[in-house]
Amino acid sequence: MSTRELVCVALALLAGGCASASSVAETPNLGREATPAQIAGWDISVGPDGIGLPPGRGTAAAGAAVYEQKCQVCHGAKGAGQPNDRLVGGQGTLASKTPVRTIGSYWPYATTVFDYVRRAMPYTQPQSLTDDEVYAVTAYLLSLNGIIGEGDEMNAQTLPKVKMPNQANFIVVYPSRTK
Amino acid sequence: MDESKRSFLKRSVGVLGAAGLMGTGAKKAAAEPPGVPPSMKVPGAGMGEYGTPAKYESKVTRTLIRSQPGTTGSGASRTPLEALDGMITPSGLHFERHHSGVPDIDPDQHRLLIHGMVKRPLIFTVDALMRYPMVSRIHFLECSGNSQFLYQPALPNLTAGQTHGLVSCSEWTGVPLRLLLEEAGVDRSAQWILAEGADGAAMSRSVPMAKGMDDAILGLFQNGERLRPENGYPVRLFLPGWEGNMSVKWLRRLKVVAAPIMTKDETSRYTDLQGDGKSLMFTYPMEVKSVVTRPSHGMTLPGAGLHQITGVAWSGNGTISKVEVSTDRGKTWTEAPLGAPVLPRALTRFRLPWKWDGSASVLKSRATDDTGAVQPERDKFIAEHGNNAIFHFNGIQAWSVATNGEVKHVYA
Repeated sequence: MSTRELVCVALALLAGGCASASSVAETPNLGREATPAQIAGWDISVGPDGIGLPPGRGTAAAGAAVYEQKCQVCHGAKGAGQPNDRLVGGQGTLASKTPVRTIGSYWPYATTVFDYVRRAMPYTQPQSLTDDEVYAVTAYLLSLNGIIGEGDEMNAQTLPKVKMPNQANFIVVYPSRTK
Repeated sequence: MDESKRSFLKRSVGVLGAAGLMGTGAKKAAAEPPGVPPSMKVPGAGMGEYGTPAKYESKVTRTLIRSQPGTTGSGASRTPLEALDGMITPSGLHFERHHSGVPDIDPDQHRLLIHGMVKRPLIFTVDALMRYPMVSRIHFLECSGNSQFLYQPALPNLTAGQTHGLVSCSEWTGVPLRLLLEEAGVDRSAQWILAEGADGAAMSRSVPMAKGMDDAILGLFQNGERLRPENGYPVRLFLPGWEGNMSVKWLRRLKVVAAPIMTKDETSRYTDLQGDGKSLMFTYPMEVKSVVTRPSHGMTLPGAGLHQITGVAWSGNGTISKVEVSTDRGKTWTEAPLGAPVLPRALTRFRLPWKWDGSASVLKSRATDDTGAVQPERDKFIAEHGNNAIFHFNGIQAWSVATNGEVKHVYA
């Protein structure tokens, strides 16, 4: 590397930019190409458009059994809360002095329930539920909140179409408020 | 600062520490001259592999450690701001906020995956990351839930660290994220990056590509040593100035995507519910803020006379340009000198001597940053945002000083 190139690298690091095509060449290029199978094993994120939802299905009835066995100890019977977060109810309270933020009253996207339960719940055994169980628990929680019917099946096609009641009340302030 | 002032500050800190922080108690006879101190009559202790604070400072700990019921690691601990000085937070006192405890990660086993809308999905080992060009930056990190007790109508009976100690400041060293994104070859239409941790919560946030390409760092070192486990060992994302939750610890995956994933922690949490029932989403930079750390709640001034008012100020939008201090509830303000260096998105120390006449007083500090943003009074802030936003409180903190010297939290 010439002195001039070295200076350019140093400037690029200092100023966060340098009009040089060598920005990739500055690095040792040690990234190893990931295979589709490797990516599939790790890619657990699910977007609001449903991208990332796996095959599988579940209904509230199946979800109730999973919930009672694996979720109720922390979230109470039928999502009533205690000792941890309440998951059901609270609609109409957000503008009051004591708002109750639950999946039903607050969460803007139904896909988030699937994404979060699959990655982080139950607390003591994250990533232990099958995809069918996650769909079922998601259906159960949406059904308890009156957002879907008791018999509605949740799967990769139906879940992204669920309209959450509070979605329109979120105001995205990025990038307008970011200097 | 000249040496006489410096030593005075030390003495007054000592007095405050003894009377306020530590509580009063019977003291051993001081090593007053002309007697020779006992430490000079025997050899001292030997060297140690890793140093620890003086045993006399054992009460200076993280504070108000609270977890979700049934868990030990899903919660927060706070920096004891009132016991510290300068701009750097010792790594062992950096605040913690975990969503499923602190994972035990062997750096040789850890991998970082970059994939999604990239030309080449890549896997990096930690050893590989250590060979990349690095930068060092001094920045604060603040949980956006910091100071949330001040939203509540009930006055908090809490110290400065307990209310404001979800902010800490470190020198962070690591690889500019831009370098790795460029190596993977980001699709030009990709505007977001999903960042995910290797903890039990697989904590994840969507980060704008613009931030990732600007000043985002893959942090490997904190204050000169490798990251502490509770701060993301072996590698974390660090987004200067932005709400701490986005600086995902134990980083294992970056997925380049077209739109936000809408994770739990950017929808059901870390959104700011306003009084009208609407919620602000993606309120990323931490707003300009300050707090007087001494004197502060729980301390007792030993008497009228000259005291030093000190505290910290910071802004996620830039550099602190001014801190004003009031001792009369905000009727009049005096600009406080700032301690060098004053750095962007870093804690900035301010200090102001104060001749206390012994009358009841209310201390406040008000910070301004170089975008012109001014820290608002609490009542004005609450009027605008309501009591229930939880996140992004940056109103002015007030401490009352009673005629007997007791300092307490007050809404004023």
